[in-house]
Amino acid sequence: MNFPSPHSTPALTAEALTVGYPSRKGPPRPVAGPWQLALWPGELVCLLGPNGAGKSTLLRTLAGVQPPLSGHLTVGGKPLASLSPAARARQLSIVLTERVEAGHLTVLELVRLGRHPHTDWLGSFSAHDHAQVQAALVATGTAPFAHRPVGELSDGERQKVMLARALAQDTPLLLLDEPTAHLDLPNRVALLRLLHQLARTLGKAILLATHELDLALQAADRVWLLAATGELLAGPPEDLVLSGAFAAAFQREGLAFDAATGTFELHAPTGPLVQLLGDGAAAFWTRRALLRAGLVPTTGPAAWRVIVPTAAEAGLGFWLSEGPGQPPQRHSSIAALLQAIGAALTQPAF
Amino acid sequence: MTPAPFAPPALEPAAHRGPRLGRGLVGLVAVVGLAFVLDVALGPVRIPLPTVARLLLGHGAAADAATDFIVHQIRLPKALTALVAGSGLAVSGLQMQTLFRNPLAGPSALGLTAGAGLGVALVMLAGGNVASALAVRQLGLAGSWTLVLAATAGAALVMALVLALAARVRDNVVLLIVGLMVASVTGAIVSLWQYFSAPEQIQEYLLWTFGALGGVTGPHLAVLATVVGAGIGLALASAKPLNALLLGENYARSLGLPVRRSRTLIILSTSLLAGSVTAFCGPIGFVGLAVPHLTRALLGTADHRILLPGACLLGAALVLGCDCLAQLPGSQLTLPINVVTSLLGAPVVLWVVLRRPRRSAA
Repeated sequence: MNFPSPHSTPALTAEALTVGYPSRKGPPRPVAGPWQLALWPGELVCLLGPNGAGKSTLLRTLAGVQPPLSGHLTVGGKPLASLSPAARARQLSIVLTERVEAGHLTVLELVRLGRHPHTDWLGSFSAHDHAQVQAALVATGTAPFAHRPVGELSDGERQKVMLARALAQDTPLLLLDEPTAHLDLPNRVALLRLLHQLARTLGKAILLATHELDLALQAADRVWLLAATGELLAGPPEDLVLSGAFAAAFQREGLAFDAATGTFELHAPTGPLVQLLGDGAAAFWTRRALLRAGLVPTTGPAAWRVIVPTAAEAGLGFWLSEGPGQPPQRHSSIAALLQAIGAALTQPAF
Repeated sequence: MTPAPFAPPALEPAAHRGPRLGRGLVGLVAVVGLAFVLDVALGPVRIPLPTVARLLLGHGAAADAATDFIVHQIRLPKALTALVAGSGLAVSGLQMQTLFRNPLAGPSALGLTAGAGLGVALVMLAGGNVASALAVRQLGLAGSWTLVLAATAGAALVMALVLALAARVRDNVVLLIVGLMVASVTGAIVSLWQYFSAPEQIQEYLLWTFGALGGVTGPHLAVLATVVGAGIGLALASAKPLNALLLGENYARSLGLPVRRSRTLIILSTSLLAGSVTAFCGPIGFVGLAVPHLTRALLGTADHRILLPGACLLGAALVLGCDCLAQLPGSQLTLPINVVTSLLGAPVVLWVVLRRPRRSAA
């Protein structure tokens, strides 16, 4: 269970924050704001929003990579502007989208750079520093290629290495900009699970800008939803979905967010209604297949009817279909089912 | 990605490459020593190696006064100059490549060499017009304090300009362009001067651009060694910032690096090194560009705490070796050092870069 305690200090706060770019001539060009934000220890927050809403700009501003246009930021209870660079580096670490060109650097050397703010002017390592580096390598699964040059790694491996570097920095606050962009699905799930775990077990505050809506909806304790209008809504993902805020933020012509499944509908079917009877995984996947084929699955009575195999006979069972002018038919797979329905629908009417 | 519990597991000593790097550095020291002795031994008058070793170690005088004079007054200062110049140029080049994250950056990237050249050109221009060329003409080109001061002033002027611009520029790529443009403008001014000058003046300037290690003796050498020593000291103090800069400015800043201050220190160090060496020896090309690549390939690391001393040693060895070749063993001819370093440096860099097709050059 994770409930932010009202007594703990927020890891990060922003008051009346406006982000954007100063302009050499005339007034500065604000991207979005003003916002009121707080990030608490022990929570994983996903920053979601359509392209161009200002996710990266907000993240870079919070990380101190670029100055805010206006407003007040605190990190660990202290004003961000008052912290020395080294003190700030002990409070927050970042993973950016920019590609690091350091071909001769090995993975281990790169991750060791994360200890920079904790070591003396020579960069000498204590046993604790070694332990932190090792733990970061193990947690991110980068230990097996620790001695390979970074220049030889794939994009996905690089991303894990950059995360390992941020973990080695061992800061209470972690800001990540699309750390999953080059990862395959299992690695994305593993990364979000790792971040979730870090927040829970070590009480880190983690802010993650991402495009992985479905994963973010599952993993995030809270979502900061940044609309294209610059409005920012914060709350548990479920509340934002049910209130319709989510659908509104990603509103686009011909694209609908389905609050029932938490996904965007890829297909806009216009075909005949099909009554789908059954439940479990078979029903879920049959529904998807019907949608893709242009049919509209429904639970109510319809001219077409499909009965899916029950969970008990999954893998052995049969799909039953019947339609107007079609006798009940048994199909051993979804492929056969789609073929039969397709054939019936394209038949010329007598 | 294993979601392992984030507890420190058993330690693996991360300094597993220590012995290899240590051996590499010790090997480099030996190479520098060997090149140094060879450089003293070789020349128009051949001196046997045992005699050289005895004289260098300070055991008694040579058989004849001539040998003693040649070693102590000519060869030894020249070899020491080669040592100092090689170290200084290599370290300044390494710093520039890391700061600008550009494998093609070198000491000339900031326009320092061009600035020194401008200083020298201005002195010669004044000499031609005001007939006060006496100092230059009488003392010889390389041995003249006037030339050294002019070159230093030129390099310092460019350095001040670049530092002033660096304070206004946030992006290192923009700074690199600034440096290259300053170099370009300075070079153009020198060309303009050449266009309007008498041939003999141009000839003297051309002689300066060939580079010379031989003219730096006594107080000159002491000043050069002190300045280069200070520059290398500054560079060594910047080893940790340089390591952080490998990740680029944004990450370096996020690691707690005061980027502008570090950058100023690095530029200051580079200016001292490249400016002083160019002022005393004339331009010596390619060492600053080539040695950092060679050092990285040889030591197989990107850690500046190892690379800086490594580049120091390799730079010294390379310039000493080039000076040996410049003597053209077995002949009375001596080639200009700037020609030899470029002739030798370019193929070596090509070899290193092409040998590893999979790795990026920096």
